[in-house]
Amino acid sequence: MSSSLATVAYIGATILFILSLGGLANPETARRGNLFGMIGMAIAVLATVLGPRVTPAGYAWIVGALVIGGSIGLYAAKKVQMTQMPELVALMHSLVGLAACLVGFASYVDTSTVFPSHAEKVIHEVEVYIGILIGAVTFSGSIVAFGKLSGRIGGKPLLLPARHWLNLVGLLVVVWFLREFLRAETMQAGMTPLIVMTVIALLFGIHMVMAIGGADMPVVVSMLNSYSGWAAAATGFMLSNDLLIVIGALVGSSGAILSYIMCRAMNRNFISVIAGGFGGGAPAPSAGGAAAQPQGEVTAISAAETAELLKDAKNVVIVPGYGMAVAQAQHVVNEITKNLRGKGVNVRFGIHPVAGRMPGHMNVLLAEAKVPYDIVLEMDEINADFPDTDVAMVIGANDIVNPAAQEDPASPIAGMPVLEVWKARTSIVMKRSMASGYAGVDNPLFYKENNRMLFGDAKKMLDEVLAALHG
Amino acid sequence: MKIGVPRETAAGEKRVATVPDVVGKLVKLGFSVAVESRAGEAANFPDEAYRAAGAEVVGSAAELWAGSDIVFKVRPPSPDEVALMREGGMLVGFVWPAQNPELMQALAGKRATVLAIDALPRQLSRAQKMDALTSMAGVSGYRAVIEAANAFGRFFNGQITAAGKIPPAKVFIAGAGVAGLAAIGTSASLGAIVRANDTRAEVADQVVSLGGEFVKVDYEEEGSGGGGYAKVMSEGFQQAQRAMYAQQAQECDIIITTALIPGRPAPRLITAEMVRSMKPGSVIVDMAAEQGGNCELTVPGEAVVRHDVTIVGYTDLASRLARQSSTLYSNNLLRLTEELCKTKDGVVDVNMEDDAIRGLTVIKEGAVTWPAPPLKLPAPVAKPKAAVAPAAKGHGHGPGEPMSAKSLAIVFAIGAIALAVVGAFAPASFLSHFTVFVLACFIGYMVIWNVTPSLHTPLMSVTNAISSIIAIGALIQIAPPLDGAASNRPSTLILGMAVLALVLTAVNMFGGFAVTRRMLAMFRK
Repeated sequence: MSSSLATVAYIGATILFILSLGGLANPETARRGNLFGMIGMAIAVLATVLGPRVTPAGYAWIVGALVIGGSIGLYAAKKVQMTQMPELVALMHSLVGLAACLVGFASYVDTSTVFPSHAEKVIHEVEVYIGILIGAVTFSGSIVAFGKLSGRIGGKPLLLPARHWLNLVGLLVVVWFLREFLRAETMQAGMTPLIVMTVIALLFGIHMVMAIGGADMPVVVSMLNSYSGWAAAATGFMLSNDLLIVIGALVGSSGAILSYIMCRAMNRNFISVIAGGFGGGAPAPSAGGAAAQPQGEVTAISAAETAELLKDAKNVVIVPGYGMAVAQAQHVVNEITKNLRGKGVNVRFGIHPVAGRMPGHMNVLLAEAKVPYDIVLEMDEINADFPDTDVAMVIGANDIVNPAAQEDPASPIAGMPVLEVWKARTSIVMKRSMASGYAGVDNPLFYKENNRMLFGDAKKMLDEVLAALHG
Repeated sequence: MKIGVPRETAAGEKRVATVPDVVGKLVKLGFSVAVESRAGEAANFPDEAYRAAGAEVVGSAAELWAGSDIVFKVRPPSPDEVALMREGGMLVGFVWPAQNPELMQALAGKRATVLAIDALPRQLSRAQKMDALTSMAGVSGYRAVIEAANAFGRFFNGQITAAGKIPPAKVFIAGAGVAGLAAIGTSASLGAIVRANDTRAEVADQVVSLGGEFVKVDYEEEGSGGGGYAKVMSEGFQQAQRAMYAQQAQECDIIITTALIPGRPAPRLITAEMVRSMKPGSVIVDMAAEQGGNCELTVPGEAVVRHDVTIVGYTDLASRLARQSSTLYSNNLLRLTEELCKTKDGVVDVNMEDDAIRGLTVIKEGAVTWPAPPLKLPAPVAKPKAAVAPAAKGHGHGPGEPMSAKSLAIVFAIGAIALAVVGAFAPASFLSHFTVFVLACFIGYMVIWNVTPSLHTPLMSVTNAISSIIAIGALIQIAPPLDGAASNRPSTLILGMAVLALVLTAVNMFGGFAVTRRMLAMFRK
């Protein structure tokens, strides 16, 4: 295959990838979009292997590597539970990061590349440096995110003293070593600054994600998604490969937009998140003290009474949160939904953009349980309907239904868009205890007169509700 | 303190202010309860039931009034009853202070404390449990349909039987307040075709939710008069409304009218002409008969036949379902008692700071306190919500509101500087890649905003799979065509790293696409 032919194949692959992302605009075309992605990837890999840059000597290695990696990947994809999707995605990001590092190092030690001018050599080295930097941050950050999401590392944010200064010093050291790296005469001399930078980048990645608490994970996961794209783009610059640059940019901007959407959904500053560390976003403790304490009594309700309320309702909105994922309750929720719909109750779902631990987490869980997607609505679509709703059932969510975000300007989550469940005739909150949510804010919803609390494990309680509905 | 429940003295009144079930609950609150003998008889609550619930049954009204600290009544007390009342006593029940100024004076003369259940501020959501007007209107609405069915010579529901096809009855309900809605629900559940109209457009949804059909008046005007009541409409509207009623009169078999405007005679909706146009055997139930009636031919308190149409003008619909309405009413009074006696020690505290109780209290220890000052809570609540709404707009599908000119200028300036820096230092070969990079970022930006939020997780896993395009970087390092110039290339090391990188990306590539496929297969309608 000639060089031009390979380039044309790359263009075809690029178009397919763009169509693949475009296909996700709705669930009908999404499956085809995924297929486009697969075809694009196959074309890109084949064109490269058969192209002028790879000699037949490498075929055995390539096939071997693809078979080993491919089988591991397929096995993992088959085994993973839908509730574990965030972990899997985080783990996969780390692989991209690590691969970017390896390619960067390999490219640096490759002496066969010839540069027509000194400027080009410098640019190439800067690209190598940046590519490894982003790759390393992605790698270690994703590993920590994986640990946190899978519960291997505690969800509490680890806040080192003067952490912003630590990050800044790290950045300065990285810049200084870039200068050292560019001035290095030989490859051996350049290796030291490169490795030191890699270590700093790894530490930075760990530190960045460690400082973020469990509920902010949607932002982190999409941010790491973005970083893995930038790492690919940097590798593309390094290897002068337009396909890599384009795809890297697509993935990078996709992740960035997702993080932006997540940030807006939590009313946090986008810049402070992208830079890492969530500096300005963390609520000062004094603000929490000043916020008005909700007053009143909490009214508990039993599973049987909940079933009665649901049975008598005409409009029901279910608001799921991370608690539903933890309790693996999505299938029971679907059973209840089916039962109620069979009785003529209009059941719908209201999904907050940051419900769960990654963007769209709840949608995937509900889809897994075979809840029809046309009754699963976004926050903006459903918020106006709450006044006409008879029962709003909140399953394992807290901050995303907190009225303080609208009513109490002193609240740490003030201004965050929330699902207005308290406007429903009755709201039922399923919760294990009265503990406050991730943001550490007490929820005045619990004390509202039309609110009922159903205490207990979500799965167990919903099983009881379902039994009562059958009975 | 002792609560007394006398027998209602108004003619035809069958209700009683407290039922045996509630007696037990009042006793638990620390009160003792006395009931006049045969007070609940008309509502099917015998004296024994009261005794069993812990009440003392008293022989005469005089004895009861004299011995009670608080008297629970349904109808406003007659002058005789006021005469029996103890000095400084307390009375709870319907009073209608606006219509009964003499009664108010007489009660004030007794230095009484009077809580008029009809003066409850109904817009307080907290007060709903005490809202006797609502519970009585619901009972009346139900009963109105039953009276109509009684006078109507056919089935309500349509049937196809061996003996022939029966068309469903058509019911038209004028006014969709509490009574109207109850009537809609009852008629619909009997199987009739139900239509309803109200000058307040916002009740249309409620009508539909109960199985009715909302009939619009062909004229634009909003009829909400505050506090959930209707107001008087303009002449143009009334004309259009008359035309609509005339048409409904011709089409429908049963008309139930519930239209009331507070403090005014009931609006005349159904003229004699319209009654004449109705099919023989049709029924009109006029629930506004007590205020003069919505129908021109209504005789308050009676059922009459005019032009072959039965016109029911009963004014005691709630009392005709005495057992049900007494139970609901006494529950309303129980909730009120709970509010008055938060300490549960059998002593009431008329707390004038409490909005609900302030509204109810029309006479406090002989001083007339009616009407209560208007509530002022709803207004400030609405404002912050309005302020929040625009901020939340544009979330999800679009990039949101356009940036202000100032921040746009700043962004452009930063962009220009950055591009100038790149242009000044970078060689041409870099710039061609850079062009591709910047354009690709924009394509990504445009494409991603179109992705529906429910597919954000598949989006992440597919972009993750796509980012394994980095495999190409590894591929071209595995076995590149070498010329002699680079003899010192550490090929083994590079090969090792490249193969490892390829394995990692392959995991990602295959796993990413496979898991995306698995997820997308689950999204179904």
